Amino acid sequence: MRWLLLKDLQILRRSPLLVALLVIYPIVIAVLFGFALSGGPDKPRVAFANLVPPGESEFDVGGRTLDAADYADRLFESIDPIRVDSREEAIEKVRSGEALGALVLPADATERLRSTLGLGGGGPPTVEVYYNAEDPVKRRFVEATIEARLAEANTALSEVVLREAAGYIDVIVRGGEIPLPLVGAVQILGLQRSQEIIDSITETLPRDSPDRAALEQVSRFAELAGENLDISQPILASIGSPVRVKQTVVNGSRTPLDAFAVAVAVTVSLMFVTLLLAAGLLALEREEQAFGRLVRGLVSRSALLTEKVVLSALCAVAVTLLMLVGLAAFVGLDWSRVPAWLAALAGGALGFAAMGVAIGGLAREVRVASLLALLLSLPIVFLALVPSGSIDPLLYDVINVVSGAFPFKPSLRALDAAINGGELLLPIVHLLALTAAFGAIARAALRRF
Amino acid sequence: MRADAVSKRYGTRDALRAVSFEVAAGERVAVIGPNGAGKTTLLQILAGALPPTSGSVSLRPEEVGWVPQQPALYSKLSVAENLRLFARLEKVRDVDAVVDRMLDQTALGDRAGDEVGKLSGGNRQRVNIAIGLLGEPAVLLLDEPSASLDPRQRERLWEFIAALGTTVVFSTHDVGEAERFADRVLVLADGELLFTGAPEELVRGDSDFEAAFVRFLHARGH
Repeated sequence: MRWLLLKDLQILRRSPLLVALLVIYPIVIAVLFGFALSGGPDKPRVAFANLVPPGESEFDVGGRTLDAADYADRLFESIDPIRVDSREEAIEKVRSGEALGALVLPADATERLRSTLGLGGGGPPTVEVYYNAEDPVKRRFVEATIEARLAEANTALSEVVLREAAGYIDVIVRGGEIPLPLVGAVQILGLQRSQEIIDSITETLPRDSPDRAALEQVSRFAELAGENLDISQPILASIGSPVRVKQTVVNGSRTPLDAFAVAVAVTVSLMFVTLLLAAGLLALEREEQAFGRLVRGLVSRSALLTEKVVLSALCAVAVTLLMLVGLAAFVGLDWSRVPAWLAALAGGALGFAAMGVAIGGLAREVRVASLLALLLSLPIVFLALVPSGSIDPLLYDVINVVSGAFPFKPSLRALDAAINGGELLLPIVHLLALTAAFGAIARAALRRF
Repeated sequence: MRADAVSKRYGTRDALRAVSFEVAAGERVAVIGPNGAGKTTLLQILAGALPPTSGSVSLRPEEVGWVPQQPALYSKLSVAENLRLFARLEKVRDVDAVVDRMLDQTALGDRAGDEVGKLSGGNRQRVNIAIGLLGEPAVLLLDEPSASLDPRQRERLWEFIAALGTTVVFSTHDVGEAERFADRVLVLADGELLFTGAPEELVRGDSDFEAAFVRFLHARGH
């Protein structure tokens, strides 16, 4: 088997195009994924046109003057703004692809805001949003991104309004100063202070004074009102975010999206490299007419299969390990888990290699084997990535069974566990069982090879 | 080499029916017959590449050199690398000496470093035969060795085989080759061995071997 391994390595060495593809393909995938993940859509580039005339961006909330520009700045904390002067310019930025979308603040935005906050009627201000909808995925992404950013700005604005309202309540309860337009600062006595004054006056009255009962009623009212308004402050605060979210993972792990994307990218590369190599190397033995000569006492059929599985698995592990190391430069991967990476890659590579030799044994020609490997692998990937709960439960169970019959899903689970932590043994045992099953299919296929 | 009542059955079809014969040391035996006669099946069974349904062959596969019809070589490897690989798989003791000897015998010493895929059909067939000879077999089995060669290449190939001095069993479509290069011919038709003897015995005074062969088959209902 050693000589066959060396022979196949020599053949690979003399197939520069194939080797270049095997090495360059995962590196390109790794770099592309790396850039995509590290330069992810944390701060999407959005064109922003503020059409509100200068000096008119201010509005009052309870006598306090606020500037809409402050809230635009908050919005810019979560987007990368390209400031433009007109609606047309903003739309052009979107059309050219320079910006993911455009936000236009119309000229009447602050006027409408003033009117809304002053309960003066009329509709609330409208922010215009422009974006490209080249495909449903991009459309959904842009919609979700801009809606999320506007929700953040709305929340920030409502927090200010609520804070101002809470401030009013505090002044009413404890007393203080309230700024009013035109009039200026107005001193408010406050319920607590009013009660104190009334109580002190009541103390000076004779015990049988008819005014005492009336004043005690007013004092009681001031006390109750103060206490209840004090309670209303946390109620008011809860209006801004009435529902809090507590998330608990029932199944699976809390894998970060970028680390999961790394696991997917590496598993896809592992699959392609191993499948194509194993299927091609076995089919090549027949294309070169050497199979009959080899199995005529020189090498057993099982040894030949083992050699192809081992060689393609070793090559694929080397290439995908290189890919993982490359991706680790972009995504913070835990280097102490390298032994787990190797175990997962080896398990996955064995599973794919066994499937590859089964394909090679059945196809018997390199081209047919390569085509068959591609045709089989793509649906396997898509099926394995269907999330539970997104389709009918019965259909999901069927898909789960189909996915479990091929090495992609257990390889992805193993690699995800190896990179991010989690149950590693079970998917590796699953992969070893698949290796044995596909090995048996390949062995049977060699009977009529 | 002796074959005893060798039969091969594929489903309901008999590819070989109780074929028995012997080959003496140093003899060159041609297996001839129409298409589908069972020539390749017989040689594969003799080589141990195919198990018979019944019957037996006296030699073990490792005692027989097998040269399949299509050159069974790795086209990305050089002539010497192919020879070295199969010599190692045959567990030949002195690999380098055997490879050098084969390169001398095939007169391909100057092409030893060339990739097999870049050789002519004739030279590829020489390497193919050389690999069959690596284990110094008692018998060399050649399945239509000249099938894909031009007349000049055929002539050179047969000169090469004649110079080997080894016991050779070969199949061919070209009955002229059988007449010229075989000491004895085996005529197969529909898996049945119809004749075994010297070419002259089949001709029986007829000057044209091919015509005599066709007449013989007609006379036997083929």
